[in-house]
Amino acid sequence: MTVTETARESVAAALEQEKVLSHLHPEGSFLVEDHPVPTGREEIWRFTPLKRLRGLHQDADLSGLLVAAEADVPAGVVLERLGADSPLKGSSGYVPTDRISARAWAAATVGYGLTIPAEADLADPIVVTVTGTGTEVASATHAVITAGPHSRATVVVKYVGSATLADNVEIVVGDGAQLTVVSIDDWADDAVHIGHRHARVGRDATFRHIDVSFGGDVVRHDSTADYSGPGGSVEMLGLYFADEGQFIEHRLFVDHNQPKTKSHVVYKGALQGEGAHTVWIGNVLIRKVAEGIETYEENRNLVLTDGCRADSVPNLEIETGEIEGAGHASATGRFDDQQLFYLRSRGIEESEARRLVVHGFFNDLIRKIGVPEIEKQLLETVEAELEKTV
Amino acid sequence: MSTLEIKDLHVTVDTEDGAKEILKGVDLVIKDGETHAIMGPNGSGKSTLAYSIAGHPKYTVTQGSITLDGVDVLAMTVDERARAGLFLAMQYPVEVPGVSVSNFLRTAKTAIDGEAPKLRTWVKDVNAAMERVKMDTAFATRNVNEGFSGGEKKRHEIVQLELLNPKVAVLDETDSGLDIDALKIVSEGVNRFREQGDRGVLLITHYTRILRYIKPDFVHVFVAGQIAEQGGPELAEQLEAEGYDKYVTAAATA
Repeated sequence: MTVTETARESVAAALEQEKVLSHLHPEGSFLVEDHPVPTGREEIWRFTPLKRLRGLHQDADLSGLLVAAEADVPAGVVLERLGADSPLKGSSGYVPTDRISARAWAAATVGYGLTIPAEADLADPIVVTVTGTGTEVASATHAVITAGPHSRATVVVKYVGSATLADNVEIVVGDGAQLTVVSIDDWADDAVHIGHRHARVGRDATFRHIDVSFGGDVVRHDSTADYSGPGGSVEMLGLYFADEGQFIEHRLFVDHNQPKTKSHVVYKGALQGEGAHTVWIGNVLIRKVAEGIETYEENRNLVLTDGCRADSVPNLEIETGEIEGAGHASATGRFDDQQLFYLRSRGIEESEARRLVVHGFFNDLIRKIGVPEIEKQLLETVEAELEKTV
Repeated sequence: MSTLEIKDLHVTVDTEDGAKEILKGVDLVIKDGETHAIMGPNGSGKSTLAYSIAGHPKYTVTQGSITLDGVDVLAMTVDERARAGLFLAMQYPVEVPGVSVSNFLRTAKTAIDGEAPKLRTWVKDVNAAMERVKMDTAFATRNVNEGFSGGEKKRHEIVQLELLNPKVAVLDETDSGLDIDALKIVSEGVNRFREQGDRGVLLITHYTRILRYIKPDFVHVFVAGQIAEQGGPELAEQLEAEGYDKYVTAAATA
């Protein structure tokens, strides 16, 4: 071994350019057999009700064609059917990190590719509607959303209808691009949706992901992001409302693998009704190379009735001391008695005061979305949810 | 014409060691047009009296009565008390994230009046009330009390006092933490409310300085959950000179 080789090895080790042994992100694999059937005791599965997944985590048939995507796209934007051998597939660098994602990757015969050309500046959001037409056979889909360098666009993906769906969505944000993806799970009550989304964010690019989950029986989203160059910025906002018997899980992972990158994560949820259960796992890894980064993650849960359960686990793993800032916060609580008292002491009836507080809880987040028609729709959805109990 | 009458009021608060009695028999009558100042050292129960009138769930009335024009206030919920004409300006106004000041004020006004205020005049009324306390009208779009300074929170309480215009206002240490300019602005707001002639004010304060701007008709000295002495405005001057020492010592040896 020469001196140069030794030096190279020690530099590589010091910078941990290759592998970081971290509990936050399991090593990925495209091979289904590399991901054993989970028992429910694994860290990444311990909160999820496996019995309600209709075998998605085992070997359930994924050949269903009961999900279809539709969108109107402006001139210049390419919407294409994504075949199993499309060169777009894998372009985000994503490697499945669990069995369901790996199975969906292998089985997906339907899906779409949405490509926004370089330097395009789209004023109106592109709306993709994914409609499920049945739960009898599970479906697997794959989507790739690509924002060309220096483009600016908003993509809204709405999930409606009934389905048992496992999907992978890859998002590639080109250098200097500004992309907002709004995902809305507005499923019927019987839907099961296990979704994985991965974004690779280019140099000086800005990626915003807004994840809204209201409907469905079991919804579990793994949303991850990493960077292909320095200076990228990621904002992930989430809003969820779990009703009686509903399970909603969000697992986030931001991999700060480039210097001068930013991430800001805020998820807010409300729970009402017996058996409503939400899970939020917020993982952030700051690698040695990622000097000068900034990250903050936050989760807030508002428990509106008895019989609900909210799990919230923020994790931050820091491999370098040279950072601008890193922090996280998590809080789960019932109505703030002081807030209710203040409002009621001004003559506002208790039910109205509760509505104000819940609206207020979500309003700050909704105002950040920046897509007026979505903001309006969400305010109405929150109102409709509140009519059920408050 | 309205009268707030407090008779033999005993109030407890739940602590780790069980219920603790804070108010030990308070008698007080506030007729319309009267301003009563309640003064006393820390921990004497002044704020407990204010919160008990407003109906805060933390406090339990174990004996006595509170009536407004003969109607039992204790039987009312917190919001019913406000709609009956009681108002509490709080020492520490609460932040309500995501609820704008304008939405809050309109919702409160609608609740108090039983009908929505006329849109055209309402915005003018709100702006005028804010301008009177030298609050930028841009505060209307901000979240209730969120990020407000101590002085801004208190001015916001006075804006509410003027807009909701109750029969009896309880001001709980509204002067605490205010600089001299803010103190004058807040006092002017209270005086405008009083000048209507038929409004009652219960002014709770630790210090005498606000009484230079708001002249009370009666002063009550509160010590250990009871009124230890009462008199006219001259009592405040005496307290300013002598402090609470003699009352505290008397209560301790009693």
